[in-house]
Amino acid sequence: MVAPAFILMFLLLLGPLLGVIALSFTDYQLGSPSFSWIGLSNYQDMFGDRVFWLSLRNTLTYVAIVVPAAVALGLAVALLIESGGSLRTWYRTIYFLPVMATLIAMSIVWEFMLHPQFGLINGLLHGIGLEGFSWLQDRRTALYALCVIGIWQALGFNMVLFLAGLVSIPRQLYDAAEIDGAHSAWARFRLVTWPMLGPTTVFVVVITGIRSFQVFDTVHVLTKGGPSKSSEVLIHTMYIESFEFFRSGYGAALTVVFLAFVLLLTLVKSALANRGVHYA
Amino acid sequence: MAKIELNGIRKTFDQTAILKGIDLAIEDGEFIALIGPSGCGKSTLLRIIAGLEPQSSGEVRIDGVQVDGIRPSARNLAMVFQSYALYPHLSVFDNIAVPLRMRRHSALARMPLIGRLHPERGRTERGIREDVERVAAQLELAALLKRKPGQLSGGQRQRVAVGRAIVRQPLGFLFDEPLSNLDAKLRVHMRAELAQLHRQLKATFVYVTHDQAEAMTMSSRIAVMIEGNVVQIGTPAEVYENPRDIRVAEFVGSPKINAMPGVIREDRGLEVLGRQLRLGTAAAAGRCTVCVRPERMEIGPGPGTIAGIVTHLEHLGAEAFIHVKVDRIDLPLLARVSPDQQLPEIGSAIHLGFSDNAVRAFDAAGKRIDVAVPARSERVREKALG
Repeated sequence: MVAPAFILMFLLLLGPLLGVIALSFTDYQLGSPSFSWIGLSNYQDMFGDRVFWLSLRNTLTYVAIVVPAAVALGLAVALLIESGGSLRTWYRTIYFLPVMATLIAMSIVWEFMLHPQFGLINGLLHGIGLEGFSWLQDRRTALYALCVIGIWQALGFNMVLFLAGLVSIPRQLYDAAEIDGAHSAWARFRLVTWPMLGPTTVFVVVITGIRSFQVFDTVHVLTKGGPSKSSEVLIHTMYIESFEFFRSGYGAALTVVFLAFVLLLTLVKSALANRGVHYA
Repeated sequence: MAKIELNGIRKTFDQTAILKGIDLAIEDGEFIALIGPSGCGKSTLLRIIAGLEPQSSGEVRIDGVQVDGIRPSARNLAMVFQSYALYPHLSVFDNIAVPLRMRRHSALARMPLIGRLHPERGRTERGIREDVERVAAQLELAALLKRKPGQLSGGQRQRVAVGRAIVRQPLGFLFDEPLSNLDAKLRVHMRAELAQLHRQLKATFVYVTHDQAEAMTMSSRIAVMIEGNVVQIGTPAEVYENPRDIRVAEFVGSPKINAMPGVIREDRGLEVLGRQLRLGTAAAAGRCTVCVRPERMEIGPGPGTIAGIVTHLEHLGAEAFIHVKVDRIDLPLLARVSPDQQLPEIGSAIHLGFSDNAVRAFDAAGKRIDVAVPARSERVREKALG
């Protein structure tokens, strides 16, 4: 009885995927009555386009900053909450709020906070005698400001995953570590916590990686890829090409590149899950 | 090798008293078993000795030194856990090496990557290898050193846990129900291995279990804990033959001891189930409980025997148990008989008796009372019968 599962998978996953790949070999424009096959010319255009390379580099920079920071901070917060006492539930809720809030709405809040004249951030900087920035309007800082928002948003989700991982570590392992002479918190972390969190960590890294590749909302609301393409990212380019310039074929080619990266991350995960990482 | 002394250990969790003042002196090189029903606080007591749990009051002394507030590893006791608590990501070799590495390497040498550059590391690591291999050979683990715990059977994991405990030659060993995750056959085998290990190491063993067979077969002394108190300490034979408390009598021994309601009369005579026994006591008049072990029950009619109906038979091969329902007692009385004799039919009437020296009597509070055949009354009775 593989037929029902296969039909569903074809309808929901493989079909659209094949559609997108086919579309990337055409010059189809949204709304136009006809199209013709143009082979790899969309890809040729893409690889010759400065904006594509810029947006790819920006996306990779974003991922390279957000993933380690969001994973490390998520783990740190989870460890602090786990070791803490009475206010655990309270902290957990606070840190989880950004995950539940709509990112578009939160982006607007961040826009206010990052406002050059009236924003909270610059206000605080002035308070300690530093000069503020026009964070989102400066090409040197726009992408990094988006990274900070990305970290803030991913942290809560990662924390919850790590908390679940921490709870499932058998207490007797910590007792054994204590008896064996692991005195410092660092020694216990190295001997028990970190290895036992291996499967959780791989999952968190991959999920955060994929979600960071998909960064769009904040870019669209706050910078629209600017100033001068300094915060242009892959999905935003795809959106602009497909739905503002109506170049659906070219947008599809961008999508294929994006999918290739996501697929790569997934493969890394399954490779790690199959050997290096221990599942207790 | 160490003497472990506990003085007035109390432990309270959220106003619930778990341990209610434990005094216990564990001699150097002794194998002592702490037994008791689940929830009696025996594991908590072990964790307090180990230092994993602070006591609410009282003190722990190891070799005369007060160790309260001293970290578990500094107390130099090793512990074997019920779930073995092996590090699942480390090989058998690394698992056994952990306590040595933690002690012999400096914190710097244990750092990832840069630790390898530490000048002393290589030499220390060679010493550790020798020690681990010596222990592995002793426990027949040499062929398994490269495996991960997940690839081992229960008995092998158990041996790795023991190896991790003995490799650093601690003063004493604490065992927390170490055999309860093994199947019955392996448990019997490991029992013999642990007892042999104790003879070999001559170290102090404190062994927590709810399985009295383990306690009876391995330990030199048993401490029976019930509801947060040590109720009786003695050799296995003493605890079995001479229980000081009815709860000890009922906990030790399988199947359970037969308990029958009795009365101490004003004239100090003893009655059970309305029948007068030849025994007398110095204890005050009132209710009491008369207990007899199943193997001391005798079958067959006679003066003063108890009549009942056979409700169930258990034939175990080497022995058989007859369950007998008797008026005025809810639980059936059990008699252990040799299987070569003809077993009665279920539903048939039967008579149960016991000799005077099989009787263990307890007062209404559950404390043991001494009973004896009074010299004078016996003569009177014989005269009356004659």
